[in-house]
Amino acid sequence: MGDTILEVRNLKKYFKSPRGMVHAVDGVQFSIERGQTLGVVGESGCGKSTLGRCILRLIEPTEGEVIFEGRDICKLNKRELKELRKDMQIIFQDPFSSLNPRKTVLEIISEPIIFNKLMKGASKAEIENRVLELMDTVGIAERLINSYPHELDGGRRQRIGIARALAMNPKFIVCDEPVSALDVSIQAQILNLLKKLQKEMGLTYMFITHDLAVVHYFSNDIIVMYLGQIVEKAPSEILFNNPLHPYTKALLSAILVPKVGGNKDSIQLRGEVTSPIDPPDECRFAKRCDYRCEACEAGNPPLLEVEPNHFVACHCIKPGENLLKEREGYVSAG
Amino acid sequence: MTAVTQKQGQSATLASRRYKKKSGFVESWNRLKTNPGAMFGLIVLIIMVLLMIYSFLFITKDDVMAINSGNRFKPPSAQHPFGTDSMGRDLFKRTIYGTRYSLTVGFFSVAFGFIVGVFFGTIAGYFGGWVEEIIMRVSDVMASIPGMLLGMVIVAVLGPSFLNLLIAIGISNISGFVRMARASVLSVKGSEFVEAARAIGMSEIRIAFSQVLPNSISPLIVTATARIATSVLAAAGLSFIGFGVPVPLPEWGALISDGRNYLSLAPHLTLFPGIFIMLVTFACSLLGDGLRDALDPKLKQ
Ligand SMILES: Nc1ncnc2c1ncn2[C@@H]1O[C@H](COP(=O)(O)OP(=O)(O)OP(=O)(O)O)[C@@H](O)[C@H]1O
Ligand code: SF4
Ligand SMILES: [Mg+2]
Repeated sequence: MGDTILEVRNLKKYFKSPRGMVHAVDGVQFSIERGQTLGVVGESGCGKSTLGRCILRLIEPTEGEVIFEGRDICKLNKRELKELRKDMQIIFQDPFSSLNPRKTVLEIISEPIIFNKLMKGASKAEIENRVLELMDTVGIAERLINSYPHELDGGRRQRIGIARALAMNPKFIVCDEPVSALDVSIQAQILNLLKKLQKEMGLTYMFITHDLAVVHYFSNDIIVMYLGQIVEKAPSEILFNNPLHPYTKALLSAILVPKVGGNKDSIQLRGEVTSPIDPPDECRFAKRCDYRCEACEAGNPPLLEVEPNHFVACHCIKPGENLLKEREGYVSAG
Repeated sequence: MTAVTQKQGQSATLASRRYKKKSGFVESWNRLKTNPGAMFGLIVLIIMVLLMIYSFLFITKDDVMAINSGNRFKPPSAQHPFGTDSMGRDLFKRTIYGTRYSLTVGFFSVAFGFIVGVFFGTIAGYFGGWVEEIIMRVSDVMASIPGMLLGMVIVAVLGPSFLNLLIAIGISNISGFVRMARASVLSVKGSEFVEAARAIGMSEIRIAFSQVLPNSISPLIVTATARIATSVLAAAGLSFIGFGVPVPLPEWGALISDGRNYLSLAPHLTLFPGIFIMLVTFACSLLGDGLRDALDPKLKQ
């Protein structure tokens, strides 16, 4: 073990806005092992995409380190960064805006090859054969090679986005909600394709989604984000069997099938969402948390390892003690 | 290497040759064809261009400049379809000869404004920040000066000549394109394919011009067509008040200016050049409207 491909340390991204600083990503820390998948879940606007884009340095992080194969990518100059981009790619959420409407399938997939001179000295025919190979890998029929994106459906477009990423021969791919814009029937196909590619090429994924069922199927480790911060981090099995943070519990209860004879209803998230603009110095989930107490206003809870490999950021959960359990009674009573 | 040759052997021709490519141009053209107004405009413009070519081939400068005092103010006839002017010159030939001024001004002043304006507008829209601030302020200042006034000032400084007229109108065309290009680029630059290009290592300037601009170009082409109409009018206007093409040359505005003195005696002197100006501007406007619909990507299924 210990073959860490990516390590993120204290990553922050603040956006200026007229009303103050948007804390889109606020001190995120994790690492991914080679060949594994890290699932990132959280509701819309919690900073998942911003995190993914900072890691690829598509936008400049405000603070922190992103260490890919031992090198801090935030410190690379333009040339080094261009070199590194071959190893790190991204698959986008919206298959309708992620492909240039003016380019054909051939142009879209060959662009990274030609632009980065990945096949130095290759003839047009050789590059085209490579494109056909990639199209075959992602399951796009050869006859679509001259099609424009608007002639294709969402699933095919997403496959082309995947082929474009694969054209660079990457080691690590950020999948930013790659199926959430697709029909349910097509979602499974794309997920299976991604899984197959991972196995065949030894890819490492950071898999962003707001759908816990998808992430369960896919991930080794999962981080749960809330307003720019990690509130819980654990291997997939642990997180699903023993969710600790109140937010994770609420998310999970929304997808779990009610147990036979069980009395556990899904937990409704109530209350207003704390604004990501200059958030107050308290637990960011406090406004919606059923378990909140005075302690929760005493600053932002740190992410602690409460049991092996299981990290939680909550004032009421510490290694060896879980105050929430005691409160369970009066929560359901009240 | 062997795998490649093998594959080539299987498919004797390149796959990209075997499957037809639907061209966006053809699709737009097919839509444009169904628009009668746009087709009328296009035909009028084609006729104008043909007339211009004809004038280059068959009408000499002497033909339109030579004074014939025995032949003044003739009304339209078989021999002189548009009649003759105060110097006895054939107005038909002069008007046809004048197409070259209006069409060149229309085309080149817009092309100039387009290239300069779209370049700066794209930079402003894509890069934002202080670059945008500076470009937009300069463009605002240029836009706040009325085109005619700007033209008069430039011609006054550089002297009246056809080239200076062209430069003057070209400059007054810049700011419109800066603003259009910026707005259009802003609407495209947030697309994920821009980030995809960044992710494969493309430089920002390359992304701006090779990925974003081609997707912002449709509204600019529409603007350009409409601008040709206003530029033709501006050229005629400046010539009319003596700031354009020097007088004896048969620019349409200058022809009207000359004819104005004999409005009741020989109304045809203003009528025919007036009709030509109207036809060209009207045709451009119709074509512009048609292009707006034909190039609209939302109509693509
Ligand atoms: N360029 C930007 N300028 C200002 N604020 C931004 C910018 N990009 C994102 N934000 C803000 O940062 C926060 C996080 O956005 P982000 O897109 O990362 O969320 P997300 O988790 O990916 O959401 P979704 O599930 O909707 O994709 C949001 O509050 C958003 O408004
Ligand atoms: S710190 Fe308090 S408010 Fe925040 S999640 Fe824990 S119990 Fe809820
Ligand atoms: Mg997102």
